[in-house]
Amino acid sequence: MIPEIGHYALVLALGLALVQSVAPLIGARRGDETLMGVAGPTALAQFVFVALAFAALTAAYVGSDFSVANVFENSHSAMPLIYKFTSTWGNHEGSMLLWVLILALFGALVSVFGGNLPATLKANVLAVQSWIAVAFYLFVLLTSNPFLRLPQAPFEGRDLNPILQDLGLAVHPPLLYLGYVGFSISFSFAIAALIEGRIDAAWARWVRPWTLAAWMFLTLGIAMGSYWAYYELGWGGFWFWDPVENASLMPWLAGTALLHSAVVMEKRNALKVWTILLAILAFSLSLVGTFLVRSGVLTSVHTFATDPTRGVFILAILVAFIGGGLALYAWRAPALKQGGLFAPISREGALVFNNLFLTAAATCVFVGTLYPLALEALTAEKISVGAPFFNLTFGPLFVPLLLMAPFGPLMAWKRGDILGAAQRLLAAFGLALVAVAATFAATAGGPVLAPFGIGLAVFAMAGALTDLVERIGLRRAPLATAWSRARGLPRSAFGTTLAHFGVGVSLLGIVCVSTWGSERIVALKPNDAVSIQGYDLTFDGMTTRQGPNYRELIARFTVRRGGAEIGVMEPAKRNFPSRQSSTTEAALLTRGASQLYLSLGDPNPDGSIAVRLYHKPLVLLIWLGAVVMTLGGALSLSDRRLRVGAPRPAKPSKPSMQPAE
Amino acid sequence: MASPGMWLRCFVMLGALLAAPPALAVQPDEILADKALEARARDLSKELRCMVCQNQSIDDSDAPLARDLRLLVRERLKAGDSDSQVLDFLTARYGDFVLLKPRFAWDTAALWLAPAAVLLLGACGLVVLMRRRGGARSDGEPPELSAAERERLAELVEGSRPPTGRPT
Repeated sequence: MIPEIGHYALVLALGLALVQSVAPLIGARRGDETLMGVAGPTALAQFVFVALAFAALTAAYVGSDFSVANVFENSHSAMPLIYKFTSTWGNHEGSMLLWVLILALFGALVSVFGGNLPATLKANVLAVQSWIAVAFYLFVLLTSNPFLRLPQAPFEGRDLNPILQDLGLAVHPPLLYLGYVGFSISFSFAIAALIEGRIDAAWARWVRPWTLAAWMFLTLGIAMGSYWAYYELGWGGFWFWDPVENASLMPWLAGTALLHSAVVMEKRNALKVWTILLAILAFSLSLVGTFLVRSGVLTSVHTFATDPTRGVFILAILVAFIGGGLALYAWRAPALKQGGLFAPISREGALVFNNLFLTAAATCVFVGTLYPLALEALTAEKISVGAPFFNLTFGPLFVPLLLMAPFGPLMAWKRGDILGAAQRLLAAFGLALVAVAATFAATAGGPVLAPFGIGLAVFAMAGALTDLVERIGLRRAPLATAWSRARGLPRSAFGTTLAHFGVGVSLLGIVCVSTWGSERIVALKPNDAVSIQGYDLTFDGMTTRQGPNYRELIARFTVRRGGAEIGVMEPAKRNFPSRQSSTTEAALLTRGASQLYLSLGDPNPDGSIAVRLYHKPLVLLIWLGAVVMTLGGALSLSDRRLRVGAPRPAKPSKPSMQPAE
Repeated sequence: MASPGMWLRCFVMLGALLAAPPALAVQPDEILADKALEARARDLSKELRCMVCQNQSIDDSDAPLARDLRLLVRERLKAGDSDSQVLDFLTARYGDFVLLKPRFAWDTAALWLAPAAVLLLGACGLVVLMRRRGGARSDGEPPELSAAERERLAELVEGSRPPTGRPT
């Protein structure tokens, strides 16, 4: 009964979405407040019904109702409760249900917090949001129904893919989808603005908090996914340039560009046409990502061709929304009035520079991900595009980006003074030079590029702080004055600083771990020892343990440094009988921001077992940087001027309340 | 510390446990004694795709095919091949699909040049746009004030209260 209720609730949500996608639009056209007013309540009701559907599926999972095909295929009665819960979205159908749940959530949020929007804009935004919802409800109901029953209920489920039986599944997909799907709001705002034919700085002010929120979730989601892959896949990589990862990176790059261009639009009423295009592109890339991950096209173009229902459906959605969006853009955008002139050397100019390079980076990922598919479809020729390609093409695009990042906030709007900015960045530059020299000295004869990477990271971090230091006059005024000035600064100023600082932190981690990480691959017998970077590990022996739904083989290692015991590492291999598959559970030992990483390999006939031991210097900085970026976003979002629903700033005459970015 | 007997018991269970594919990329027995040669082998392995995996290099992959390829790479290196000779040998055998970094050729030109093209076109477009919008005022600089305007400005500045805050 419960799954049927869920199914029915989803159908009802579709009905509501159909109404919401038409009525408010007509209302906005005719100026009919009643019709426009339909959108608010239907958006809320949609969310309630989708939440009901999602709760029904969750109930089926938690209660191990194997009469539901989806539960039978992806769950097991012996699984711990948390995994029963998370396996709700650990499969295609369930994850699409999560997708539409978050879509409906954002619609409902606009309905609740969009009180300060002009009535027509709000009506149009919610209508466009509902078009997307209709398309995806239909996709779920017609091709990926999670509520289908089996004619005869089996006694036991087939279990969840063991790799997904991890806390990562609880965190990563919801965060990622909040980001991915969050960009639908920016898209809806853009389309609504194009329909109305009116875009101004206020539009940017309304759209920015939504974009910022989506960007924060996406940043965190990508970082958590990366950390998950790092510890779960057993070889300690943090980014694989896998198409699935690229699918989330593309919207992130476009979204980051959008955040920056929306600032220009809000403050200076410039770059309107470009900002609208970015808003369309960011969500389009989310759709492309959904298509890549959900259609099966990645596994092989051939599997896609043999069962194309889902793929073709998403492709149709893709074409309709991206094609439609861009067509509408081509039609209406030329009519938009441009405003806000600026010199090339200005804060606007710096933000344009940022956009240019981020767009090129997104293009690089886009082409690298889709080119092999396109080439194979067109010429049947198979090529591979992997990490070596992206490292060579994507990496260099980020160097100018990071070099310029500290300049942006230091330059004035309209016409900036790049020499003045450079002067104020002298200290940061000096610090970076010292870092380069010190790294060269410490690693004489080592890699040549790495010290410059460190220098760049230090410059990005110190440069980010420079803006703050300058604004509170830390170097000129007494500490107390600086403190009171810091308190008077808008939070978004700290947000910018933190976000830019975070990029430097991540880069520092990436450079350190890629350059100075070390590795030992050895076969060990009990009581054998292996050392890495001053850590001595002794292999104590193996034990087995029965888990709730797996058997696990654990190897115990004692870790010593300078003779003193500092910890125990227990890498394991788990075997899941229900799926006839196994996973490698790496052991991690954290020392500061660095980690020892140990994973088990094969046993050999002579009684030894292969182990892979890594020292990952400063590896945690990679994800810490992302967390810092997200915190920066959160600070900006909490800024009164950006807060959703907050009234306009009262008096623009106070110098301390001046726009921050 | 496990006694030999205990170790044996473990090992028997191990055999049962590990029916699944091995879960370690480079195996200890593959490693070459010559450190320089091994480092080259590792670097090459990172550029070669395991053809039965999804987007994994043979350095990362646990598949038996990847192991065969790793051994092959090391064999060629030991036979005195240069890096590019090894890559040529493998592409002759398995096609371009084996290279994770596609070669620059007519059919991959668009792939390699796309980011640069976007950067270049974007920059050109910006310059054109700036020129056009700047119009007579080169580089978007505001036009010079006329004498009458300057006079009026001076009047305003003198006649009004001191300005509050800097202009946005």
